[in-house]
Amino acid sequence: MTAPSLWRDLRRFTEARVGLGRAGTAQPTAAHLDFQESHARARDAVWSVLDVPAMEAALVALGLPVLRVRSAVPDRRAYLLRPDLGRRLAAGTTLPRAPGSVAFVVADGLCAIGVQRHAPSVLERLAPALALPPGPIVIAEQARVALGDEIGEAIGAAAVVVLIGERPGLSATDSLGLYLTWAPRRGRTDAERNCISNVRPGGLSYEDAAAKAAWLLRAAQGLGATGVALKDEMPATALPAP
Amino acid sequence: MPFAQTIGGTRYVFDDLKTLLARATPLRSGDVLAGIAASSAAERIAAQRALADLPLVHFLTGTVIAYEADEVTRLILDRHDAAAFAPVRSLTVGGFRDWLLAAEPAAVTALAPGLTPEMVAAVSKIMRVSDLIQVAAKCRVVTRFRNTIGLPGTLSIRLQPNHPTDDPRGVTASVLDGLLLGAGDAVIGVNPATDNIDAVMRLLDLLDTVRDRFAIPTQSCVLSHVTTTMLAMERGAPVDLVFQSIGGTEATNAAFGVSLSLLREARDQALSLKRGTLGSNVMYFETGQGSALSAEAHHGVDQQTLEARAYAVAREFSPLLVNSVVGFIGPEYLFDGKQILRAGLEDHFCGKLLGLPMGVDVCYTNHAEADQDDMDTLLTCLAVAGVTYVMGVPGADDVMLAYQSTSFHDGLTARAMLGRRAAPEFEEWLARMDIGMDAERIPARLSPALIGLA
Repeated sequence: MTAPSLWRDLRRFTEARVGLGRAGTAQPTAAHLDFQESHARARDAVWSVLDVPAMEAALVALGLPVLRVRSAVPDRRAYLLRPDLGRRLAAGTTLPRAPGSVAFVVADGLCAIGVQRHAPSVLERLAPALALPPGPIVIAEQARVALGDEIGEAIGAAAVVVLIGERPGLSATDSLGLYLTWAPRRGRTDAERNCISNVRPGGLSYEDAAAKAAWLLRAAQGLGATGVALKDEMPATALPAP
Repeated sequence: MPFAQTIGGTRYVFDDLKTLLARATPLRSGDVLAGIAASSAAERIAAQRALADLPLVHFLTGTVIAYEADEVTRLILDRHDAAAFAPVRSLTVGGFRDWLLAAEPAAVTALAPGLTPEMVAAVSKIMRVSDLIQVAAKCRVVTRFRNTIGLPGTLSIRLQPNHPTDDPRGVTASVLDGLLLGAGDAVIGVNPATDNIDAVMRLLDLLDTVRDRFAIPTQSCVLSHVTTTMLAMERGAPVDLVFQSIGGTEATNAAFGVSLSLLREARDQALSLKRGTLGSNVMYFETGQGSALSAEAHHGVDQQTLEARAYAVAREFSPLLVNSVVGFIGPEYLFDGKQILRAGLEDHFCGKLLGLPMGVDVCYTNHAEADQDDMDTLLTCLAVAGVTYVMGVPGADDVMLAYQSTSFHDGLTARAMLGRRAAPEFEEWLARMDIGMDAERIPARLSPALIGLA
């Protein structure tokens, strides 16, 4: 490659929006509309709704009990304004006991697209890889990560894995995050969890995400904790070959 | 001490000073989330009327967080300058608003050491956007490191060349892009993707090499935690500015992993490097409404008053730059473009009145009800208000932090529309390097090959 001498050549070094040129002092029309399109996709993604029947149909194939719950949030606007309500179950929710299991929560979070697309594929790989018995899969609407604490506590789970939609950015609107909490109960803090983020095609693959979650859960069982005390020291070779 | 006000036959009672301030605050989601906002428009204006009648001297004895319980409160009261306060000592909050609107710039500027954050927050709560703009525009704050920031008629830009993996060539390409669009006179400051010491030191070396190769009259900064920066200085890294996020309570700062004594130690360490050529303002602080609530360290005080208290922390350390990250903290604290607009102007006003070189990260996240139109409005208002600096991000899209700020183009546009210029030393450098002459070719003096881009 020749040494760059044109402004637009800078684009080869970064995914940032460099080398856009200018129209007067402003961005040229093409760059301006590219940005607006990315933002439009991200905005729509925040208001995307989980298709619960389709999710249920995809999950029952895994052979685990599938349940549905809602948080105490009445609607999407309240979800954005009241994170505290998104961390609590709706009044009157009852859940079956499955003591000592690893419970799964499939949650819409800040964007349902990634959960809808990727959660069944991750669970399909994760459930058989666990050292502990897999528990029920709970589909949760208008949920924050910490809703998993109340769900896990009600179930009596040894650990809970929350698969949740991440905040959409301009470059990706379908990122899935996995949050692992040992001995879940209400009042756990984010420092007591481990997170695996950016699960999507083009990010972390389903296989790698499932392998990492299984590794962390085995390590958590040995340590009796997740969070800052549990360092991700999984050797790179533990990942299955691509 | 309770306060009371009757509006339309209804008597509203406010139990104490922090409740009065909270109820008087224009609506924002964070105060509702904290359960301290006014429950009706009538209650809010009742609180504003009661607040307007409060003598300013009340703030020298009445506290929102007890003196014994919080080192920020102690800092505020121990540092109060009674002589500077004298011109407004006899005024109420309402009378202070009138005084500020009528006063000459020199008189407003001279007041800073005599004002407490709570006084400034209180008067902002009974001001309109127009008031916040025109009073802030009277304040003169000039700081120096390798150039001169804050002179009348200038608008500086922080060049923010973030990259998701701190890739050196990716960061360098964004730096060059920003320079070509006139950004970087406030600082070339990168948010590292991790707080790993080796990664931070590599970025510090990279930015210093680029600055040195092109002889740019500016300063660089890697916005890592203060303790990481201190370690980097110990190991000989070229640190110009020490960065830290700060808040308005001792407990918020503890959640950030800092205290006043730690910040003092970091500043002394940076000063000992003697890297500034024109001045010795070596600190860079970021703040933002909602950080105390987010850290559960708010003591029932409204988020805007706490934000102003963070500025008391900042001014203790004579910073080169301070900015609020106004729309970054999320819609649970500032819900939409309207709330972000007002908060950005409040933060700038309060910071300037307290004597800080105040900039604003004009920004939002994708789950806030806001878009680029809202940012254009806030940027234009801030530029009229004389904002010290704003951010410059390639195409307004920060690919590492996943939020939208102002672009290099936005900074150029604000300068052009309002006749603002870069810092004088930097402006001379731009001309010397032939920047802005050609819309397609990179000037030979800024050849990418000189900084490792080939």
